[in-house]
Amino acid sequence: MNLRRIGAVIYARSLEFVRDRSALSWSFVMPIVMVVGLAFIFSGDGQPLFKVGVITDQPPTETKSEPNPNRNLHPFLNTQHIDFYTVPTEEQAAAIKKVGRHQVDMLLDLRPNQMHYWVNTESPKGYFLELLLKGSEGTKLTQEIVKGEQIRYVDWVIPGILGMNMMFSCLWGVGYVIVRYRKNGYLKRLNATPLTATEFLLGQIVSRMVLVVGVSTLVFTLTNLFMHFVMEGSYLDLLVVLVIGTFTLITMGLLVASRVRSEELSDGLLNLLTWPMMLLSGVWFSMEGTNPIMQWLSQLSPLTHTLTAARAIMLDGATLWQVAPHLLVLIVMSVVFLAIGAFGFRWTTD
Amino acid sequence: MTTIPILEVRALRKHYPKVKAVDGVDFTVPTGICFGLLGPNGAGKTTTIEMMEGIIRPSSGEILYKGEPMGPRFKNEVGIQFQSTALQDFLTVRENLKFFSNLYPKNMSVDELIQICSLESYLDRDARKLSGGQRQRMLLAIALVNDPEIVFLDEPTTGLDPQARLNFWELINRIKARNKTVLLTTHYMEEAYNLCDHIAIMDHGKIIAQGSPDHLLSEHFKDVIIELPEQDFPQAAETIPHRRLAKVNPSIEISTQDVNKTIGELLQAGASLTGLQVRQRTLEDLFLELTGKELRP
Repeated sequence: MNLRRIGAVIYARSLEFVRDRSALSWSFVMPIVMVVGLAFIFSGDGQPLFKVGVITDQPPTETKSEPNPNRNLHPFLNTQHIDFYTVPTEEQAAAIKKVGRHQVDMLLDLRPNQMHYWVNTESPKGYFLELLLKGSEGTKLTQEIVKGEQIRYVDWVIPGILGMNMMFSCLWGVGYVIVRYRKNGYLKRLNATPLTATEFLLGQIVSRMVLVVGVSTLVFTLTNLFMHFVMEGSYLDLLVVLVIGTFTLITMGLLVASRVRSEELSDGLLNLLTWPMMLLSGVWFSMEGTNPIMQWLSQLSPLTHTLTAARAIMLDGATLWQVAPHLLVLIVMSVVFLAIGAFGFRWTTD
Repeated sequence: MTTIPILEVRALRKHYPKVKAVDGVDFTVPTGICFGLLGPNGAGKTTTIEMMEGIIRPSSGEILYKGEPMGPRFKNEVGIQFQSTALQDFLTVRENLKFFSNLYPKNMSVDELIQICSLESYLDRDARKLSGGQRQRMLLAIALVNDPEIVFLDEPTTGLDPQARLNFWELINRIKARNKTVLLTTHYMEEAYNLCDHIAIMDHGKIIAQGSPDHLLSEHFKDVIIELPEQDFPQAAETIPHRRLAKVNPSIEISTQDVNKTIGELLQAGASLTGLQVRQRTLEDLFLELTGKELRP
């Protein structure tokens, strides 16, 4: 292993990327346009109903995924145009958090010895629901106030957009480019020098890593200036997730690039990987409540783990320790991809 | 003076599923000479040279570098120019030289490379925007970045115009002047004659002749060639053994060991000698003599 040679590869590859104006501007402009566009499209309120969670001992009236609570518990539950749903007692803390983020407008605890309600006093919907609750007959409930900023769709989707951009940049920037180098004979020329496969691949990884982490950080910082994303956790933790997620995606690109001889095949393979990943990793919508097979499949995508960890940090204020299982999965995936990719690497098309 | 040759090839073979690309080749490259590997397209020249460069693994046989099997130092001490090479996009000539220099422990200075390969006028140009001759000079400079002991050049002048080719020969002579060994493949006989101290002619994966160019010519030919336009060649002269060449101006070629006698016969038959030419045998003739004139499948 020779650091001078690795450095030379990193420098040359980075120069190539930075001078390729079209690729460079694409990797900046696309995510910014998407963030702004989505923020604009979803700036209205998507949910027509009031949504109220109910904690209760009583069995629900219907057996659905989100069963309705028994309406005899309290006359307020008979109010029309309100979506009441049962919250299991063990999910009480999560539901209170959702009230804080305006995702749920009110939470009722109708267990006989409890009789509380949680409301976010900054939420207009919470205000109206509170008036309705006071006007209804039945047992009087005690108020519990929750504070918190509203979570907009754009707060939820920003990791998805950046993640998608990272995925394309890592997979094509490594997978497709190395296959091109192999096909046009550049790898063969390098093989005639003392450069080893490991040094070459490390150079590619580091160069891509710096670029993708740099571009993602810059796009996030720029859009954050005018979108003011919700950030409950630490920016440093988010950076750690970004670095590990990027590394895993790059090693995935190397796996594709290790042996493929034709650009057409690598293009096909990369599409075959990225499209399911884009749909199943929760880029645009949450995988909660989807078909169990889909959920299981989504766990195979490194992007799922990256996005789940990033959202947990941004929206729930999770610590690195709390998202460690996801990071561990990512690290195991990269080790496997890298081992297969480096071991099977070939220089020429023969 | 060392007596160990820089490269030695013994019973080298490369068999692909359907072709025997190289089928038992032996030769020795003494240190400091220019060795030419000649042959028609598909003779196995590139496969042979790429095995010697350590790029292709031979099916069988042995390659010795300085008397030993190729070791880790081999890649540090050789310079290679492939028949076609792509480089990274968006890099200038200078950046490419710098990049390849960084891959080797020992370097020739950039100034020296520029001077040997005459690169000064386009050093900061994008390497994709060079003419054919400029590109070959840059690739030669890249092959020299590590100040190699032996340089492999695979058809370096194929596709160049006559002037660019002459310029390139000059560069190869500059390299030879630095006591480097040069191994060159080509199908231009003139090039081999001008540059090479020793040549090996290959066909169908085998070496069919080798030696110094002059030695090979004198070994195979004792005659000279007389050529004259077909319209100057009278009916009466048909008795002299000859060959018709189908060119734009058709001509007659006569091979003879006694020029005076043949010219006397031509005069006697009433031939006009205005357009007559006498020339020595060339490697071109030898090449055709050895590899045949038929179209190849």
